[in-house]
Amino acid sequence: MTGQTPWQTVGPYFHYALPWKGGADLVEGKGEAGARMDLLPDGHYTLNPNDQPRGVAQGQVVTISGTVFDGDGVPIPDSFVELWQANAVGRYDSPDDGREDVALDPDFIGFGRASTDADGVFTIRTVKPGRVPGPGNSLQAPHIAISVMARGIIKRMVSRIYFADEACNAEDPILDLVPPARRATLLAVPLGAGQYRFDIRLQGEGETVFFDV
Amino acid sequence: MTLILPFNREEEGAHPSFLSPDYKATIKRSPHQPLIRIPQTLTEVTGPAGRWDRLMGPAIADLTKIGTGEAIGQRIIVSGRVLDEDGRPVPNTIVEVWQANAAGRYIHKRDQWNAPLDPNFTGSGRVITDEQGRYRFLTITPGAYPWGNHYNAWRPAHIHFSLLGPAFATRLVTQMYFPGDPLIPLDPIANAVPAQALPRMISRFDIETTQEAYALSFIFDIVLRGRDATPMED
Repeated sequence: MTGQTPWQTVGPYFHYALPWKGGADLVEGKGEAGARMDLLPDGHYTLNPNDQPRGVAQGQVVTISGTVFDGDGVPIPDSFVELWQANAVGRYDSPDDGREDVALDPDFIGFGRASTDADGVFTIRTVKPGRVPGPGNSLQAPHIAISVMARGIIKRMVSRIYFADEACNAEDPILDLVPPARRATLLAVPLGAGQYRFDIRLQGEGETVFFDV
Repeated sequence: MTLILPFNREEEGAHPSFLSPDYKATIKRSPHQPLIRIPQTLTEVTGPAGRWDRLMGPAIADLTKIGTGEAIGQRIIVSGRVLDEDGRPVPNTIVEVWQANAAGRYIHKRDQWNAPLDPNFTGSGRVITDEQGRYRFLTITPGAYPWGNHYNAWRPAHIHFSLLGPAFATRLVTQMYFPGDPLIPLDPIANAVPAQALPRMISRFDIETTQEAYALSFIFDIVLRGRDATPMED
């Protein structure tokens, strides 16, 4: 056995290395979604510079937007949210998801990064994930696994985005482990027309539930 | 049912606490509630693989020739292996790096320290590990720089590393330091890590892998979480 390499913060200057253009648009990878081009001088942007054309992912398109707040309720402009989710029918685009009977979508990878803007707001455009198996014979409700990182976050904070309008949340084996009074912090609130709001509170009143995985 | 091979949990005594008060920015950005421990499901034991170009774009292994001229600074080769806790290589995984230039200045617009920018140095790169888990960059030694954490605070020279590994559960972001740097013992970010594990973040000088009359060489092996021995049905 060799010991795990320790976690360290991403610091304030990750924007030219991690969030790529289109990284917050998991549907089409369009435009600059997820990146902060305003923080980089011209000619020094090396992430996905070619904006290659690609297809459109299948499924119900949703837009999830929210603010990341610190313990004083102040929005955090130098953070990002990293995403991992199954496609619309509940298959992960991963060699470790060997369920051949659930279809892959060639236009959906399910991994993304969304920087917060100058107001601490992130926006993700994706498809609502399908249900995936949970422990035992359970099925999990649709969810997106997230890692929140920023200056001052010395190791990632892991959470999940669920959708408040899914009746099957009531039978989700992971939500079931969360005290009922805190479950709402994991639910993206529908605003109509495929729009959802999901704020992240790192500390204090209404603190988002963070997981030990 | 799907067979789940869970990964080890975070190693006790190897990682910093969310609240590491000497690093002041953690005070308002760390949770007050304890984490809720959940079983690893298919979500946590899977991760993207093999489509890096489509996501982030092509690999950049040579950080010294981004512009029209060469980056200023001492050329160094930074290489190593990505391994799991059992010493097995982690192949085909992305290693992303970013760093300050030789004067200790980041290209980022929010870095307003009064040190020169180098038009021929951006300081970010990414490569994919090979079948033996190996990676290799050519770059320049980053400079130390002052920061506002406390009076006369200086960050030791470091390179940021970001790794995904095979799964959501194996995610790691760390910083690589240089051997013998007198600023390391003074740095609240490095020392947020328990003392016994801090040396794991310090690279070692290696004469064998230097390039004669061209570049020095530092080796930095990275250990991600290994697999738990017991499969679970999911």
